Order: sequence, then C-alpha cells, then structure tokens
Amino acid sequence: MKLNVVVLMKQVPDIRTTNNDVLLPDGSINRAILPTIVNPNDMYALEQALLLKDMYPEATVTVLSMGPMQAADVVREGWFRGADKGVLLCDKQFAGSDTLATSYTLAQAIKQLAPVDLVLCGSQSIDGETAHVASQVACHLGWPQFTFANALQVENNQVTVERQIENGVEKAQTSLPVVISVTNQAPVCRPKNAKNVMMHKRTEVLVWSLNDIQADANQCGWTGSPTRVANMKPLAWQAKEAQQIEPTDTGIATLMQWIVR
Amino acid sequence: MMANSYTEQEALQHYLRHPLMERIVQLKERNFEASKSCSYAPKNVEEAVDNYHSVLEIVGDICANVIAPNAFGVDNEGPTCADGKVNYASGTRKNLQACKQAGLMGMSMPYQYGGLNFSNVPYLMAADMISAADAGFVNLWALQDCAQTIYEFGSEELKNKFLPRVCAGETMSMDLTEPDSGSDLQSAQLKATYSEQDDCWYLNGVKRFITNGDSDIHLVLARSEEGTKDGRGLSMFIYDKRDGGVEVRRIEHKMGIKGSPTCELVYKNAKAYLCGDRRMGLIKYVMSLMNGARLGIAAQSAGISQAAYKEAAYYAKHRKQFGKPIEEMPAVAEMLDNMKAKLDATRALLYQTARYVDLYKTLEDIAKERKLLPEERAEQKKYAKMADAFTPLAKGLGGEFSNQNVYDCVQVHGGSGLMKEYTCERLYRDARVTTIYEGTTQMQVIAAIRYATNGFYASVMQEFSQMPVTENMQPLQCVLQELQEKYIAMVDLMQTDNLKDYIDAMSRRLVEMAGYIIMGYLLVQDACANDYLFGKSARVFVAYIAAEVDKHCSYIQRFVSIGRC
Repeated sequence: MKLNVVVLMKQVPDIRTTNNDVLLPDGSINRAILPTIVNPNDMYALEQALLLKDMYPEATVTVLSMGPMQAADVVREGWFRGADKGVLLCDKQFAGSDTLATSYTLAQAIKQLAPVDLVLCGSQSIDGETAHVASQVACHLGWPQFTFANALQVENNQVTVERQIENGVEKAQTSLPVVISVTNQAPVCRPKNAKNVMMHKRTEVLVWSLNDIQADANQCGWTGSPTRVANMKPLAWQAKEAQQIEPTDTGIATLMQWIVR
Repeated sequence: MMANSYTEQEALQHYLRHPLMERIVQLKERNFEASKSCSYAPKNVEEAVDNYHSVLEIVGDICANVIAPNAFGVDNEGPTCADGKVNYASGTRKNLQACKQAGLMGMSMPYQYGGLNFSNVPYLMAADMISAADAGFVNLWALQDCAQTIYEFGSEELKNKFLPRVCAGETMSMDLTEPDSGSDLQSAQLKATYSEQDDCWYLNGVKRFITNGDSDIHLVLARSEEGTKDGRGLSMFIYDKRDGGVEVRRIEHKMGIKGSPTCELVYKNAKAYLCGDRRMGLIKYVMSLMNGARLGIAAQSAGISQAAYKEAAYYAKHRKQFGKPIEEMPAVAEMLDNMKAKLDATRALLYQTARYVDLYKTLEDIAKERKLLPEERAEQKKYAKMADAFTPLAKGLGGEFSNQNVYDCVQVHGGSGLMKEYTCERLYRDARVTTIYEGTTQMQVIAAIRYATNGFYASVMQEFSQMPVTENMQPLQCVLQELQEKYIAMVDLMQTDNLKDYIDAMSRRLVEMAGYIIMGYLLVQDACANDYLFGKSARVFVAYIAAEVDKHCSYIQRFVSIGRC
C-alpha cells in the first residue's frame, strides 16, 4: 500500500530534569541552560509512522519540523530511526509563532509535500503543553482529525484509532487523509539504527523558507500570532500547602466546600 | 538527559583514542574504497572513528534504557523450554528486538554482507557495556562473533547464504561441548555422515551446555571421519534451524546468567553444511573461534567489574553510618579503589589485546586479496603472537578480577547485598561463570605458560618498560621494572634443571605475575595519556600487584627451599 506519512516533530528544551534556574525572572524558560531534545510525544508519533512503514514497505515517512537551523537535528533523529525524507521550516519570519501561526505554516508545508495521506504528531509538546497544533493543522488543511490516539491502524484507505478519553478508550474510524495526534501510551519509539546514523549524520537537511511554502507572511511568526502573554508566574506547589482529607463524610463535605468556594 | 552507558563513561571512550586506532582503521577500511559503493561506509579515519563513537552511543542508550531495566525481570523469569524449543524471557525478547532494530548484529562483518565492518575494539566496548547492563544477555548478543568463523573459513556460497542473515539480526550458537567432552573437546562424538544420495551432511548425537542452543544458525563441531578418536577427525559444520532436525531436550537451571539459555541439544539427522576443510574443525577453526570467544568473556568480565564498581560506589555514597557516608570510611574506600583499579587494569589489557587481534586478523584478511608487503607480513606475525600471548591473560585475569569485584561489591552493601532488590546480588551470581566457560582460568594458564617459559612475556615487559612516561608516572614505572626483574628471576629459577618438573605446579603464579606486570605497564600508559581518569587506578594497582608479586615470589622460593629440604 502506497502511503505518504508526514510526522510533525518539534525541538524543545528538555525540562524533564530542571532546577530553580530554569525560569528567568519574567517567568519564561531559560533555554540557554537546557539541552534540546525532540519533543517526547512526537517520538511516539514517529514510531507509529515507522510501524506503518514496517507493514507497508512502500510507504514513505517524511519528518517535518519548524525552528532555527539547529532544529535540523530533529529531522536527523527521524532519519536515524528510519524516516525517508525530512524538511526543516526555517525563516526569520516564522519567529515568534504561536500555535495558530505554527499550524498555518506547517499546513502550508504539508500542501507542498502533497499528496499526503496521513499527518501524525505528538499529542502535545512539553514546553507549551497546549495540544493545539494537531487540531489547528487539520483545520487549516480541512481534514478530519483524531486527537490523543494510543494506537492506530491503516487498511484500505481507512484509519482506525483507539483514542484516550476520560475513563476509557474510544475506537473511531475515518478515511484518509487525516491528522492524528499520538499519546505516550502508544509503543515507545525504536532506537536509532547504526547504519542510518552512519549514513545520515552528515546529510544536509532540506530547508524551506516562507517563499518555498507559498505562505502569507501576515499569517506567520509574530504577525500571524494573536496570542499575547500577559504575564507568567512560576507556580511550584509545596508540600506544606497540601492537605490531608480523611475519607469520611466530614472530610468529603470539607472538600466540597473548598471546591465550590 | 536520557541515561547513556557510553557517554557517561569517559574512561571507556578513552580506548578509541589510542594511537594504534588510526592504523587499525586504515587497514579495516582498505583505503576507504567501500565508501564509493556503500552509502554508510566512512570516507576517512576521522569519520570511521566518529562512526564508532556514534554507534557506541546507540549501544549506550539501549544498555541504559532497555537492557539494564529489563535485567531484573529476565533474571527472575528466565527462559523456558517446551516442545523442543526455547522461549526467551519477555525482557530478553525486547532486548533482542532493540539490538536488531538498532542494527547491532553483525557489527564486525564487512559491508558487502550488510555489516558495519567495525574493528574489535568498538565491538568489545559494546560487549563490555551490554555485559554491565545484563551479563546474561551479552552472551546472546556476542554469539554473533561466530559469524567470524564462517567469514574466515567458509566458502563464498556459505558466506553469502548466512552472513547477511546474521547482519539482519538472526542469532547464533557454537555447539562444541558434549556430555563427555568439556575442556577435552578432541573426544567429541557427535557424528557427521555424508550422504552421496542427497549430496549433503547429516548430524546425529547430543550436545550439552550449549549457550543459546535454539539459535537460528549453529556452528557445530562433529566427527566426520569414522573410526578416529582425536581432534584430527573433527570438522566444523553449519546447521540452519530453518532445515530442522535439532531439538532442545532441556535447559539448565543455573546459578547465574539466567537469561542466557544453556541447552542440551539432540541432533536427529540434521542437515548441515561443511564449513571449511574436513578434519580442521578443532585444530584450526575452534582454536580461532575460541580465541575470539575468550576475548568476548574478557569483555563480559570487564562489564561485570564496571557494574560492580558502579553499584558499590553508588551505595557507599548514599549509605550513611555513624553519621557519614560509608565511602568516607577507609576500609570501604580501599575496597572501592581496588575495584576501580582492577576494572581499569582489565580494560587496559582487554583493549590492547583487541588492538593486536584487529591488526593481525585484518592483515590476514588482506592477504587473501593481495600479497602482503614484507613489512606487513612481519607486522602480521608480530601481532598474531602478541594476541595469542595476551588473550589467555585477558580472559583469565579479567574473569578472576570480575569475581573479586562482585565479592567486594556485596561486601560494600553489607547485609543488603544479599537481597534480591539489589543488583549486586545478581552480579555476584552472574560473574561466577567467567572463570569457567570458554576455558577455565586453569586452561588459560596452560595456554599462557609457554610465553612465560620461552621469555616472550619478559621481552614484552622489556619493550613496555622502555616506553616514555610522564613525570608523574615515573615512580610507578620504576616499581614495575623491579617487579619485572623479580618475575624473570622466578621464571629462571623454575627453569633450572632440577625444578623443571615442578613448573606446572607453579605456572598459575608465574602467569599471574606476568599478567599483573603487563597490566601495570598498560595502565601506566593510560594514566600518562589521562592522569585524571587513570592516575589513581595506576597508583593503586601497582601497589596492589607489588604485594601480589612479592607473595608469589615468596611462595615459589619457599616451595623450592622446602622441596629441597
């Protein structure tokens, strides 16, 4: 089965092991002191794409990323694990994009990669945690979307996913093309492959600018981003703020009062 | 940051920076001809060494994030045997899958068969790390080394049939030992019969203690010459599991390395391919196979020593008694220092031996393509002898040191060390076999003693003693020179006419002394290159072996004087 899969992968600061220096006085992340990694959930999306390629060897997996030139490493991470192609969207005019501008830019690039059957990405990124991008890309493309997929199958132009919902799992189906966001409950991504690393570590990554994807500058970067951050406040919950509530009628009543307060 | 067993070990990375690596890479890569036809072959020395680093980083990732976390479950669950087949523990299956996906099978095989064409040094570094993560699993992974026998001695047809399959991830085993043939392999009885009608060989009989005996591709030692009783009647065969005819009768329930199935195999008219020439199975091929496997066990031992040191150091840092971490107590600190010194000494000898093997084997391989130049022939001969002399030392002493390190590791843990919750309990059991299989320590002594009596080790020591050292290391070099003289005096003493009959009884002590002193010289060289990483170990080790050498000298002198009384 011929299948063109695009995986959206983002370079993010590794905030999984941090200390007090990680936030600047204004509340934003001090990126300079943090190593960069591929957004962990995007790796689950990549594995789903590679599993499809295992099943349908004629399928093509393309990694699409957006960011500064150093984000080319994200594309290489995809190649090292078996992706066929990769594109980095890099242009000064993309800087400062919120999720709306990012998803517009990504959608323009996906149109350039046409025909595309399936767009996969992580359910959310660990730096923003908005989980907007998959839905917004689907809107820009006018495609159906499945968010929070734990597993997916493609057969005869039909996609079946198992979606993580509150208190359970939902099984849903649609026809291609579709945008799917993948959770970290899906299988862990495979390791890098030695030959792929030896082959691709010096391969140049294809870089597309605003013109290459025929994007409207007004919808990209700062200009295309309606989101304005009013302020940022670091919130660190401390143990002393925790309260133990006994599982008694009185305890439950106290809790209810606190919630509706 | 994700844990990584390679990037976290600066000391391990040191071994790729040895000056001999450039020569090894140039020979392995044959002037980088393959880069014209193979998309992943390097174009120059820097790229090749960089490839070693990159791939070892993948190994380090898998060790830290897949194999080590699975080790406890694999040890508990172990493999099972049903319907003549082995089922691996679930963690073992995941480990194998990760190694296969990462393309870590067939690492040393040439590009044309789908391998990475890696030299022995990075291959053994990978084995070292995998062993530290799970010493049982490294057996399954490192049996890919059997492919080397097919590559060296098999026909083109056999190479093309089997080597790409190994590189794609199929597992291997070497079926040598039998119920009545352990160390004494020349008495092997498994029968190989040639059928004129089918134009192929059939194997019948039993093999025992076969590691990973339900593998995809087996190397089998079998008696092809009817009526013979010694090693000259044995040939090497390849059995392909796809052909069928071999059943796993049972698997052993072992003290350690539980993830690695040890099988009893029954061959019932199993079709097999003759590998190389008839009658050369034991005399030539097993000897070559065993030397490679012995270095593999030396790497396994280094990995266990590393894991033992890491566990002990971590525990001693975090365990507080009498108001302070126990690492601050001299009795514990001494154990930790000795463990680290023995680890670094094991690796110094292991990787030096690996470099010798690389040089002579690669030149041997090149000799099949073109006539070697006279200086290349001399180089090949020199390093072949060095490798042969060093391999039993690396295996024998590496195995003994790994056992000493796990003993100390448990000791540092105190009562907790006996508990299943602590990794050291498994390490203690896993290490035990390293002084036994692929030739016991006593067999290594037998292989090594001739290099003591013929003066070869002494000449190597003399060469090493002349190598320039930094000012810091000068005092240690002087101590080593003194030890060298004491060793030579003991060898000379045991060679006097009336004592020659007793040399076998003293051989372990002579070989140990030689190995210690050679390790000492190599560790001093490592410390000269990087005092920060190896300086302390060099000092501790030289002090340790000085006492050991004195002990052995004293024993031999007492033995002689009491014997003369």
